[in-house]
Amino acid sequence: MNTIPMEYYLLISAFMFSVGVTGVLIRRNAIVVFMCIELMLNSANLALVTFSSFLGDPAGQVFVFFVMTVAAAEAAVGLAIIIAIFRNKLTVNIDEINIFKW
Amino acid sequence: MSIYDVIFYLFAILTIGSGYLVVTSKNIVHSAFYLLFTLFGVAGLYVLLAADFIAIVQLMVYVGGILILLLFGVMLTNKVTDVKIRTGTIHIIPAVIGTGLLMGVIVSMMLRTNWKSEPGELPFTTTYGLGRILLTDYVLVFELLAMLLLIALIGAASIARRDNE
Repeated sequence: MNTIPMEYYLLISAFMFSVGVTGVLIRRNAIVVFMCIELMLNSANLALVTFSSFLGDPAGQVFVFFVMTVAAAEAAVGLAIIIAIFRNKLTVNIDEINIFKW
Repeated sequence: MSIYDVIFYLFAILTIGSGYLVVTSKNIVHSAFYLLFTLFGVAGLYVLLAADFIAIVQLMVYVGGILILLLFGVMLTNKVTDVKIRTGTIHIIPAVIGTGLLMGVIVSMMLRTNWKSEPGELPFTTTYGLGRILLTDYVLVFELLAMLLLIALIGAASIARRDNE
């Protein structure tokens, strides 16, 4: 029933990862950078599910489950940090938050 | 071309197109909604790969949880009535060249490897096998992740809280 080769799924995964890296590098808003990190995590998940499905072993899907949990924790803490920064600096543009530079 | 192929190409185009638009659209709220379509397309691909439990978890955790959290973040850090919600881009040329090279390396490595070409024998529903190995082989990691989530939620609440004094 499955006639799609494995490389097609991996190509989608590679494209999503590259787009996520580009977004982290070029966008100024910290929240859009966050969305691009979610894109990269999703591309890794897609590659893991592809390998798991083509090997016939559900162990790969357990790791997808773990990645999703860590992503949820990361989103909660990261957004809390962004809101705390916004309260102090009144901006979320990452090129204006340069208090570590001197 | 079977119906499986048609559905695969539909979800692939949905995922790739909206993933590209997440990065390129100027409006943050539009980016968040394109991210919704990307996550939905990935969930569809999970269904095609016979990962039913992971597809449902993707819809519930990402679309129902993380995306809503991101939208709250957008609304808390921008004045919605203002035009401030549009943001620009920086360093676009070197970033695109660098990630183009990165994608070339990934794709060429992928094409040089001899993958197992025919799909494996995955059971019709993976939830039973997933639950079994989650509570036998990976039970320690499972408990650690529970602790991690608890710590992350307490930390997030204490970071985002306004100081009283």
